[in-house]
Amino acid sequence: MYKKIDDRDIEYLRSFIPEGRILVHDEISHDYAHDELGGIEVKPDVLIYVLSTEEVSKIMKYAYDNEIPIVARGSGTDLVGAAVALEGGIMICTKRMNHILELDETNLTITVEPGVLLMELQAYVEERDLFYPPDPGEKSATIGGNISTNAGGMRAVKYGVTRDYVRGLTVVLPDGSIQHLGGKVVKNSSGYDLKDLVIGSEGTLCVITEAILKLLPKPDFSVSMLLPFLTMEKAIEVVPEILKSKTSLTAIEYMSLDTIISAEEFLGKKFPDTNYAAYILLTFDGNNMAEIESEYTKVASLCIEKGAIDGYFVDTDERKKSVWNARGAFLEAIKASTDKMDECDVVVPKSRVADFIKYTHEVAEITGLRIPSFGHAGDGNLHIYLCKDNLEEETWQKKADTAFELLYARAREYGGMVSGEHGIGYAKKPYLVKQVGDRQIELMQSIKKVFDPKNILNPGKVC
Amino acid sequence: MNIIVCIKQVPGTNKVNVDPVTGTLIRDGVAAKMNPYDLYALEMGLRLKEKYGGTLKVLSMGPFSALEVIREAIYMGADGGILISDRKFGGADVLATSYTLCSGILAMGEFDLILTGKQTTDGDTAQVGSELAEHLKVPHAAYVRELELEGDRLRYVSNLDNKTVEATIKMPCLVCADGEVNTPRLPSFKRKMEYGNCDDLIKIITFDDIIDRDETHYGLKGSPTQVERIFEPDKTKEKVIIAEGDLAEETFKILKDRKYI
Repeated sequence: MYKKIDDRDIEYLRSFIPEGRILVHDEISHDYAHDELGGIEVKPDVLIYVLSTEEVSKIMKYAYDNEIPIVARGSGTDLVGAAVALEGGIMICTKRMNHILELDETNLTITVEPGVLLMELQAYVEERDLFYPPDPGEKSATIGGNISTNAGGMRAVKYGVTRDYVRGLTVVLPDGSIQHLGGKVVKNSSGYDLKDLVIGSEGTLCVITEAILKLLPKPDFSVSMLLPFLTMEKAIEVVPEILKSKTSLTAIEYMSLDTIISAEEFLGKKFPDTNYAAYILLTFDGNNMAEIESEYTKVASLCIEKGAIDGYFVDTDERKKSVWNARGAFLEAIKASTDKMDECDVVVPKSRVADFIKYTHEVAEITGLRIPSFGHAGDGNLHIYLCKDNLEEETWQKKADTAFELLYARAREYGGMVSGEHGIGYAKKPYLVKQVGDRQIELMQSIKKVFDPKNILNPGKVC
Repeated sequence: MNIIVCIKQVPGTNKVNVDPVTGTLIRDGVAAKMNPYDLYALEMGLRLKEKYGGTLKVLSMGPFSALEVIREAIYMGADGGILISDRKFGGADVLATSYTLCSGILAMGEFDLILTGKQTTDGDTAQVGSELAEHLKVPHAAYVRELELEGDRLRYVSNLDNKTVEATIKMPCLVCADGEVNTPRLPSFKRKMEYGNCDDLIKIITFDDIIDRDETHYGLKGSPTQVERIFEPDKTKEKVIIAEGDLAEETFKILKDRKYI
């Protein structure tokens, strides 16, 4: 059992955290009780806006000595309950640790605090002709959160995921000790890679207080192309053909007309084309426009041969904005289209994407649920949403459980994984066990115990 | 209906450098694109053409590199284009530019409607459209957000500062489209494959092709405006007027969209 926060604990925390940065009980906004999806709601007892590694260390040491549960949180944009304080206790919010500490143009790294938002980081480096490739849809997420879930995003097809761009981390362990994992080095074969263990651990092993990220030179050109199809089946059947075409695409996204219309309604802005049932959005980037032209000509011709109606150029800032803003709003748009929803973020081998999307239509028919989806067709990571649409709570729960069982079972059969980028958190734990089996869960639990013997850090998550 | 849409090639980004010696914009080596405001005019014209039939051609003035934006307009759905290009037209201010465009249009023949954007993102004067109407001696409407055919007239809705105007205008006429009045369609890959360089669809008009060949009406010689210095303006904050709906809710929505809350 954890120790319940009492007045003495609060008094101690107030002794070094000034007023305005510490809130207790009723002073804490309900926003901190849930994440973006709101699948589970528990309020922390104390909320602290931390400013430094040392401060985090001091709070952690106290929590450890007194066995108080503690959860780190960034923008709270996660979808699986990872940033919810299930056991109450202390929540440390990193949003005010939002400074860019160093841009190292020789090592091509940037050192940031965990509360820097993805959109701030991207804007900062791009102004300097540099490039931070990971590009998850939720741009207001913090970098700390992105690292904790190993977020992926649209450009994973060519550039990989957050893990591929983290060079070093400063972390605070549950007992308060500060550790530096990795560094500015490019290569590292020095023992177990603890940095990589921390990436994607969803705040269960330690708290990230600083990150050294790898940057690339910004590509000179980037052109997207929007390809309309008469049916979703036709659209997704093209994806394996594109993957086989030996072109180096940056992104392959798929989207259906109803999702686009939801986004139009949500944003109050029209999409450039809504005449067809399904769309594939491709992106090409590089430093040589002639090469890009030759690539898109090859891919677009192939797609048209296989059923695309046309290929529309998305090549200027304005055009990119009109298309990608809608793409970025899909999650919130679907959320706004129903009273409640749940999500499935499976990843399957790229060769199985088309089969899996078709299977979501079958599951929709079997359960009678509306199941819109969109996602990263090019890397096999799909975002599938189950919509409650005013069903009775009990009926909804039953149907959703059936749908999840079916979807995760099929993903396993295809050699896929439970989560491509949103993580396991609280909501997906049962499916992770089914996926990886008891032995792997035991290994994960043992690792957790070594980092956090008293299980005070983000308890109840992942494994 | 025969429609002509005026378009201009502008620098592709907002990062425009000014030559410190001559005080002119450095255009060499900078990626270029169609003036974003012209896209709204072009989309407005294409929708009219689709609804009522007729032809739509685009007109641009500039160096040969401006052929790119004419081709792009054709890939979007224009039937053809005209480029007015001659060294004698270079260095034109608002007066000379609008006069040159007028000469080009007169050389093109009959028209029912000229459409322009409200301004360009490089010159930013927002005067060429209206001055062109004056040179052509046709009526014009500015800041138009809706346009429909009504007999031999056009019914339009125009955005003024804090009111809207609905009226009709007799054709032939000129209409300046307001910004963000539609979502312009995207250029088509199929049309690009079909028309390629669009050599048969684009006509180039030079000084020798126009009717008025008095050189003092064109280019630097025809420009009474003397530019002393070009410099980057201070960045002004975007202004949003909320005229409809619940003020609090609309404000909340804007703040939420921009992730302030």
